[in-house]
Amino acid sequence: MRSNFTVLIALAGFLFFTPLAYAQGENHEEIQHEQAHHEDAHHAEVHDEASGEKDIKGVIKETIEHHLADSYEFHITEGVGFPLPVILVDGGLKVFLSSEFHHGGVAAVDGAHYKVNHGKIYKTDAAGTITYDDHHHPTNDKPLDLSITKNVFMILVMAVFMFFLFRGVAKTYQTSLAPKKAGRFLEPIIIYVRDEIAIPNIGEKHYKKYMSYLLTVFFFIWFLNLVGMTPLGVNVTGNIAITFSLALMTFIITQVSGKKDYWMHIFWMPGVPVLIRPVLAIIELIGLFVKPFSLMIRLYANMLAGHVVIMSILGLIFIFSSWVAAVPFSFLTLFLSVLELLVAALQAYIFTMLTSLYFGAAVEEHEHH
Amino acid sequence: MEIPEIVGAGLIVIGAGLGIGRIGGSAMDAIARQPEAAAKIQTAMIIAAALIEGIGFAALFAK
Repeated sequence: MRSNFTVLIALAGFLFFTPLAYAQGENHEEIQHEQAHHEDAHHAEVHDEASGEKDIKGVIKETIEHHLADSYEFHITEGVGFPLPVILVDGGLKVFLSSEFHHGGVAAVDGAHYKVNHGKIYKTDAAGTITYDDHHHPTNDKPLDLSITKNVFMILVMAVFMFFLFRGVAKTYQTSLAPKKAGRFLEPIIIYVRDEIAIPNIGEKHYKKYMSYLLTVFFFIWFLNLVGMTPLGVNVTGNIAITFSLALMTFIITQVSGKKDYWMHIFWMPGVPVLIRPVLAIIELIGLFVKPFSLMIRLYANMLAGHVVIMSILGLIFIFSSWVAAVPFSFLTLFLSVLELLVAALQAYIFTMLTSLYFGAAVEEHEHH
Repeated sequence: MEIPEIVGAGLIVIGAGLGIGRIGGSAMDAIARQPEAAAKIQTAMIIAAALIEGIGFAALFAK
């Protein structure tokens, strides 16, 4: 009982201090970043030019944006981190480490020069000049970017981690029926996904085919949401490209497994007057695309909003710049962090739940009267 | 007079909030009447809330 309590205190402490530590790290890096790009017209907006002092609100806004965005290096805190490979297709494959950008912000590879501007790589001259059009969009060429960015790196790490974790768990069942090691923790969750999500929505007859996808999606989203809450500062599930891919997979699997009844209910709804059927077909067709679209937006927006709220409240500490403000806002951050742990699991649950609901609709067999 | 877009976003969020609140309240009522059906009611509640939440977020980000 006593040891449980100690663990709880340690966990609370961890949750309490990690956002602080990482806000500090991010902020510091941002200041360096600021100094490096002082001449950059776009960055100059956050400077109070008259007094030469930094506008704290602008810095906080940039810090949050920087945290939410993908990046070419894995930056944890000041001086801790490592570069990731940049892969460009620009008249041939060009592979180099993102640390090349540290030499004055311009990477010189095989006679071509590249520069990162607002998270995107542009082709520049040796001095790294970026020209803008009237709408402040760069007019430089943009090579096709297939880089292993921070998000891609985290996805790969998570894939390897999940592979070994679940393979290990599966192996223990060969020797005994009782779960062992990590299986003790994971078995109830896997059974929950099967008995409470898959079977009621898809049905006893078809659910087995979809279990592998549902479990993968559930644990992938859940684990990545949780990793997003650590000081590593990754925001994978809060990236619309990643939630788009997840929703696209659900969409394809749903359409591929669609049975005769499913298509019938879309294009020629049985049981309604014939005149209404074409109207319903249009609505159902739109619904076909709205469903995965809402899956994509829901996960993306929830995770993004969680990160923004937590970091904004941490930003308030710096705006008030006082210990008096730090105490309540830190506790508020602790509260929201714990809430985010719930949201992390809830969003994984909802995504899996709605996915299985769509699969269930696709394979459902109606009794004809 | 032009009404800023953010007012519309705010109105949608208010609507979504009221909607989710109603779902939560009704689910509470239902669970109080039939505690044995709590699990089923909860699932239905979360799905309905998630669908409305999507609209709320769409409004915020479309702004």
